[in-house]
Parts: sequence; structure tokens; C-alpha cells
Amino acid sequence: MTLLPDPFLDWFSSRGWTLRPHQAEMIRRSGEEALLLIAPTGGGKTLAGFLPTLIELADGGNPGLHTLYVSPLKALAADMKRNLSRPATELGLPIRIEDRTGDTGQSARRRQRVEPPHILLTTPESLALMLTYPDAFRIFKSLKRVIFDEIHALAESKRGDQLMLCASRLQRMAPNLRRVGLSATVRDPAEMANFMSATPGGCRTVLAEPGPSPNISMLETSKPPPWSGGGARHSVPDVLREIRTAGTTLVFINTRAQAELYFQALWNENSEGLPLAIHHGSLSREARTRVENAMTRGELRAIVCTGTLDLGIDWGDVDLVIQVGAPKNIKRLVQRIGRSNHSYETPSRALIVPANRFEVIECVAALEAVREEDLDGEPKEPGSKDVVCQHIMIAACAGSFREEELFNEIRGAGPYRQLSRSDFDACLNFCATGGYALNAYDRWRRLQWDDECGWRLRDPRTSRAIRMNIGTIVDSEKLKVRLVKKRGGTPLGELEEAFAATLVPGDTFLIGGETVRHESIREMVVEVSRERSGVPKIAVFSGTKFASSTRLCHRVLTLLQTSGWPSLPEDIRQWLHTQNKMSVIPRADRLLVESFRHEGKECSCFYGFAGRNALQTLGLVLTRKMEDSGLNPLGFVSNDYAVLIWGLTPLDDPATLLNAQDLRDGLDSWLAENAVMKRTFRGVATVSGLIERTVPGKRRTGRQITFSTDIIYDTLRKHDPDHILLKITREEAMRGLVDFSRIEEMIGRVGNRIDHVRTEKVTPFAAPLLLEVGTVPIRGKAEEILIGEMALQAEATDAADQVHCHA
Amino acid sequence: MHDTNFILRGKRHVEFQFCNLAVRALASGALQFPELNVIAVADLHLGKSQRIARRGGSLLPPYETTDALARLQDDLNATNPATVICLGDSFDDDPAAAQVSEFHGKQIETLQRGCRWIWVCGNHDANPQVAAGEIVPEVKIACLIFRHIATEGCTGEISGHYHPKISLSAKGRRISRACFLVDRNRIILPAYGTYTGGMDCREQPLSSLMNQGAVAIATGNRASMIPMPAGFSGRRSSKLS
Repeated sequence: MTLLPDPFLDWFSSRGWTLRPHQAEMIRRSGEEALLLIAPTGGGKTLAGFLPTLIELADGGNPGLHTLYVSPLKALAADMKRNLSRPATELGLPIRIEDRTGDTGQSARRRQRVEPPHILLTTPESLALMLTYPDAFRIFKSLKRVIFDEIHALAESKRGDQLMLCASRLQRMAPNLRRVGLSATVRDPAEMANFMSATPGGCRTVLAEPGPSPNISMLETSKPPPWSGGGARHSVPDVLREIRTAGTTLVFINTRAQAELYFQALWNENSEGLPLAIHHGSLSREARTRVENAMTRGELRAIVCTGTLDLGIDWGDVDLVIQVGAPKNIKRLVQRIGRSNHSYETPSRALIVPANRFEVIECVAALEAVREEDLDGEPKEPGSKDVVCQHIMIAACAGSFREEELFNEIRGAGPYRQLSRSDFDACLNFCATGGYALNAYDRWRRLQWDDECGWRLRDPRTSRAIRMNIGTIVDSEKLKVRLVKKRGGTPLGELEEAFAATLVPGDTFLIGGETVRHESIREMVVEVSRERSGVPKIAVFSGTKFASSTRLCHRVLTLLQTSGWPSLPEDIRQWLHTQNKMSVIPRADRLLVESFRHEGKECSCFYGFAGRNALQTLGLVLTRKMEDSGLNPLGFVSNDYAVLIWGLTPLDDPATLLNAQDLRDGLDSWLAENAVMKRTFRGVATVSGLIERTVPGKRRTGRQITFSTDIIYDTLRKHDPDHILLKITREEAMRGLVDFSRIEEMIGRVGNRIDHVRTEKVTPFAAPLLLEVGTVPIRGKAEEILIGEMALQAEATDAADQVHCHA
Repeated sequence: MHDTNFILRGKRHVEFQFCNLAVRALASGALQFPELNVIAVADLHLGKSQRIARRGGSLLPPYETTDALARLQDDLNATNPATVICLGDSFDDDPAAAQVSEFHGKQIETLQRGCRWIWVCGNHDANPQVAAGEIVPEVKIACLIFRHIATEGCTGEISGHYHPKISLSAKGRRISRACFLVDRNRIILPAYGTYTGGMDCREQPLSSLMNQGAVAIATGNRASMIPMPAGFSGRRSSKLS
């Protein structure tokens, strides 16, 4: 018996395709309640996921929604619509395929609810939103299959937790629902299977054959990489040369700001006018769509992009991937490499471009790891409880619920199998009454118990606010950037509010590949003019920052200890010799601390090699202890290898700060007060529904009526220290931004073996840190000192006297 | 160089002359007139979380009233005033004033013990139903007038309403603090309440309300006097020219 019905066979052969073994396996096993397909990029993964659905729908006898496809990116959903429409049209299938994302218009949404398509393509957030409507049951009861695309990416964040809760809810509406997970290569397939399946113990995993080994190397540049910086500007002529020889190139860069700068540098050298474009999350939707369409039409030779293009959007034929800057994570590098040559049979071609000398080492280590297929990945943590709170509110929005049923629904989701009843009850109590020790909201509770129907919203009007709050991505507030006097025109992009607030008129920065001059901020719009000179003064607005994986950090340390560094280029070996002469080379079993004076500040650099987040935590612990010891720390910055702390007083004996037991003991007391916890709390408070997201366009214009979540955090800590949200914040912080397990790993490695080196100048290894962005301020005495300095300056200019000389 | 100097000078209050009277702007955000034995606070916004909940909004931690009243108690213990003036928006709305809990009622009662207590009406609490204290639209004491919202062309005026704050950049650091705004004619107090946002003092109408040479006094752990920065629109200087 053949698996493919005749029309499908014909269609395959007309395109010169044959059914791949894993695609066949997916059809053969399409009746199983859950299947996880692991295939490298280009392995025909999505077609394998959709073939069973297309076959089932071929006879036209399926009214209603049949398959729901969920992807992490809106763009991917739109892309999939295009890709599926082709076989559907060519095969003459009687099916309707539509996408439904945050970009879908009101009327299309309404129509989809009245008359759902056969295949609906969406994102986790849009799915959660659909589930809040009372008619969700009617829409989803006919559902036969749900496909989670790029599930490896979703599983890394709260979005995956939310998606699995939504899947559990769908499963209750459509008990025979079958699940299909599509994943890139992961470290632990069984863990992923357990994550996505409806029953404990996971599901069957289908492994596609691996493609040929990638053709990947480090780009030879005519100029050596600089000592520090993340811009990799030195590589521009060489990258341009590669773009010229390849058909289409994707240039991946880790942060948005760097992508902007790099794109501009490419553009300036692009004398022959190759069609190049830039694509990242800060650009307006219009700008992104323009690039996406041009790319699909094959009009572009290269796109400079960030993680927004990490996932499997099909851009046609990409034949070269260039990773600019260290990849941070071996798995992600492998996935990015897979973006070139979607044809699977030929090896992918990729080049990797270190931005500075240190990154050369990381790149060499990463290349070795790729060759050895040594993937990284930390074990999956249980799901976040703030997402449970949101799920409870979603259930209340859709109608009433009984707590037993909802508890079982939540426990049916992979990430929540271990959720205890008491934790669930605490979440429910939080949703209903705020969960405070002081019972203040008996009259104004959000959820009410009703013997007839169970828990329901006290005030049905609340549902609107809940819907506005759906989702687990917490962005910092963004301001639109527009050209002066073009208020109605297309915005150039968006800036994070914190960054926008630091701008003064006249500052120049890059956005959308052009240099603009800041004119003013009006009604929450940043007004800019075009800057002819083209050289930006500032280009710092942060994108996502990933921490280098434990695996990669270890590989770098091992590489550094190789005698004579044979695998590294000559200039890097020279550079390492310089580091060795001025200081020493860090080792895995010792902790190097360097101290030096720079621009009037006392700097100390701790080479912990534990990844950006853990080292940030180390920075917090250390500055706290320094504050207590009167060393007046001002701030610190971390990269993946070291944390640099600066202050007003020199550090003489770092060993006193680095007692392992002290570091652990100190964690609790100071953790609570620091900026990282406040940032984490903001996320938890938003996701759990304690505070409402700022609605775009409904912002305050002048007067700020909102107050910062920092105040809520401080108040809660002071008056209700055992509150559930503080507990969740701590859990989230420990695993996320705090990443304390990696500090433990470091302590385990270095013990009390500390090398303190005092140098006259900045060392080669410390230099990159001086250019890092994203400093964490210390709200201590040093800050009061700074305000004091201003007050003194004020007195010097007699400004204060003008007040009390009259009257 | 300035470090020790500042720590010595770092103050619980900043003292200056206003209408021939000594004035202390306390780091807590309260304003003290030692010669008149008066203390003023603005924008307590008591009952804010309850009001938000009542309107179907978020259930914020219901501790802001306890918190603000406890801080006020500390200030009164330290200054022992004969008269306390709350400069309006003391309650987040009139029902919040009417529905004060027993606990907070007692807290307020303790505060009011042994002093003259004046509730100036604000836009949030135009008609507060309170157990004790005088309720007035504004009040004159010596050469001073205490009211909720500053009016143009006044002198000796003490008001609140705008929740002024100041943002400073120093050595690449941004610091934002609630602040007093002071010029020769008026003083605008920072909001004393716990759940109160702020308005940057460069925004309108604050920047045009204040005269040239105005200063800001940042609150927080210590009080510090800093020149008030120029307004976003530059209207302040054009008005004076």
C-alpha cells in the first residue's frame, strides 16, 4: 500500500521529489496521539508535519477547523500560508488556509470566528487570545491536529509553557486531538517529547536522517579583528566580497544595534550598489514586510538580520550564512548554519566572523564543537507559575470553571506535570483576591465563586483588560521614531523608552540603516531628522542578549590552556602573549582578578567564565559586599567571560569578597533588593496580570499617571514578604537572569584559588568590557555622592542663591 | 574629592528662605516651616489600590495607605508640628476617604492627636468625608497660601498636584527622584503617597510655572538642591523675556 494518494504522488514526481523516510513515517503514524519530528533545517520538516492533514482534507469531507499550526513568529505563520497554498492549489484541494496573528485585522478575525478555515496558522499569543472567547469551544471542537513548529525555540521560554497550557485546553475541547511537534536538532529528544505530549512519558520521536556535514569556516579578513568591540567593522570588505560571490546571503548579527551599525558600514562600502537590506524586531512592521517580500521575490543579495530570522522562514535560496560575532551557543549556530541551502542534500555553507580577538577564540571553540556535533543545552526547568496565573484568567474570561477541572487541565501540560495543588491554589487565590496577607479585596475580588457554575469574573468588563494582557513576552516600553513633521507617515522604527530618555537634542543614532538626529520627544513619539554626515554618535539600543553556554565557556577555557594555541591564528596568539605578559591567561581551575585604573575609576575584572547572566549576578554579589566594605562601587558590566566592576576606591584583596560560603549566604539578603530582581518582578507582574501592559496609543501624554513596578515590588517586600509573586519572582530570577547554578559551577571549579593581578593599563582581555553596554547601576552611596556633586556644582554657580535672595 | 564633603553635607533636609521664612524641604518629601510650626505634605493618594480594584482594575498590594501613613508618622514624630496641612489628593477619591478601614482610621487618628489638621481639597478628593480635621479649598497662614494646584501670578504659594520629579544624568547613570520645585514665588511639593508616579519637571506646565532660577530639591535618602533643568519646549525662558 502506498502512503501517498495518487494526486499527491503525481505532485511529488512533477516536482522531482520523492517522499523522504521521515515524511513517510509521519504519514504512517499520523493516527498516534502525539509525534515529535526532529529534523535539521531544510529537511522538509513542515511538509512532513502537514502532509497527513493535506491527505485527510483531500476529500473535502471535513467541515470546520481541522489543523491548527502554531509557530513562534508571525512571519513564519504568514510564510507558511504561502508555502501551503501552493500544494493546495496545485493539487486542487478543497481547503481554506488562513493565518491569525497580532497583525490580522479585526474583520478577518471576526470572520475566522464565525467561519473557521480548515487550517489556521497562528502564534502562541494569538491562540491564547482565541481561547479567551466564550465561543472557543465551538471553534475548536472539530480540531483534529495541532502542529507546534520550531518547538525547540518555544520550549526555551515562557511562550512554550503557555502554548502547552493552551494545548491542554484544546485537548479538553477536542479529546481526540493529535499533536505534532517539529523541532530542530536538540540535545535531549526525550525531554522535548515529554514537554509536548499530553501524557507523561512523552511520545514517539521520529528522527530525520541528518544532512551532510556543513561546510563552515572562519572568514579570513584582510584586517585582523580589533582588541575589543562587537561591531566587526573590520570585516566589512571581506563580507561584501563573499556576498558578491554568493547568490543570496543571510548575515546574522547578535543584537539590533550591532546589526544597524553593520548594515550601515556595508552600505557605505557597497560601491556597486548590491541590493542589501536589514531586518530586525525594532523595525516597523511595514519596513519588515517590505524586506520579506523583496527577499521572497529574489531581489536581494543579502539581508543583515538578528534572531528574528533565526527560525525556519523560507526565504527561497539562501546559499551562504554569515554569522558576525561569536555565536554564544553551539546549538543556535548549527541551526543558523542550516538556513543556507534548504535543499538538504548539499552541505550548508557558512562563515563565522569574530568581532574582536576574544571572539576569535570563542569562534574557534564553537567550530570545533560543530564538527564534533557537541550540542549544548541546559535541562528544562518546570513551567513558570506566572503563566499559570494568566491561564486561570484566560479560563475565567472564556466562561466559568471548576478548580478541579482546571487543575487537571494544567497538570496535563508537560511543563506542569509536577505542579502541586498548593501552588495551584496560591495562583488561584492570587487571581481571585490578589492573595495578600491583608484581606483587602473581599468586595472587589476579580474572581467569584458561584455554586451554579464555579469560578467566574466578578465584573465581566474585566475580560477586556485580561485580553490586552495576554502573552508572556514582556518588552520594555517602546517609542515610535518618526521624521519631524511626518507624524502620519511610516515610522522608521521603535526605540526602548529607557534609551530614548537618555537622548538629548542633537544626538545622532542609527535606525533602519540610516543615521538620524534626535530633535524632540512629543506625545511619546521620538522625532528625528535625517543626518547628512552619516556618522552616528550613539548606537546603543539593546536587543536580546544571550549568555554563552556552559559548554562553550568550557571549550574556550580548554582552548586557552592548549600549549602554544596551535588552532588559533597568528595575531591572536600574539595577543594572548601580550595578555600573558601583562597579566596571566585565565584557567578553568583558578579565578583571575585584574585591577587597574581607567578614566578616573578604579576597575576590577573577574574572569569567571560563567556566561553573561551568572556573571551579572556575581557583579551584584560583589558590588554589594564592596558597598558594605566602603569601596564605593559605581556600577558593573559583564560579558560571557568576565565581570568588570568600577568604583571610587581601589580593591586590594579580592579574596575577601570571594569566599564561596559568603557568596551563597549573601544571595538571599541582597538578591531581594537589586535591580535584576526588580526587572524580573516586572515580567512576573505583567504575565500574572498584577499590572496591565501599556497599551500602545493609550499612553499618558505628559503627566505620568503610572508608577513604576519597582514601587510595587518594594511595598510588597516590606509588607507581604511571603506573597506568591515574590516567590515566583525568586524562582524566575534564579533560573533566568540570576543563573546562580553557573556561579556554583564556577565556585566548584576555582575553589579558593584566586590570582589577583594589578596592572598599569587595561589588559587585552579587559578591554572588550569597557565597551560593553547594559551596565547595572548600584543604588548606593556612590549615587548619593553623584547627586551631591551636582548639588555642590549648583552652589558654585550660585543658582541656589537666586531663590532666597528675594522676598 | 567631593565624597566626604558631601556625606557630611548630605542632609535629611535642605533649608532655605522663602517669603522671609525659614523652610525645610525634608528628604521624605514633607515641607516644614519651623517658625510657624507647620508641616505640609501633598498628594498622599490614600486608598489608591482600593480605588483601582473597585473600578475592576488590578488588585495591587493593598499596603500603600499603611505605608504612607507610617512615613508621615515618622515625620511628625521628628518635627512635632502644631499644624499639619495635607495639600489635596490626600485620598485617591471621595469614596476612598469615606471607606477608610478601621486600621487606617486609627492610624490617622493617632497622627491627628494634639495638632491642628487641615485637609485641603484636591481634584481627586473634592469633597472628602473624613472623621476629623478641617476641610478647606485653601488656607492662608502668615504670608503663605496653601492650595492644591498652583495658579499663575501668585506669591507665597505652597501646592502639590503635579507630582514633580527630576531626572539626572551623571557619569552615564540616570537617576530619577521625586522633587520639590522652588522659586521666589512658589513651592511645589513632590507626591508623598506610595503609589504615585511623577511628572518630569521639564514637562509643561511645570516648566512654565516656575521662574527662571528655580531649583529642584531631590528627595530620597537625602535631600539635595539642584538647579531646575530647562523645559522641553523652552517656553519658560521665552515667557520671561
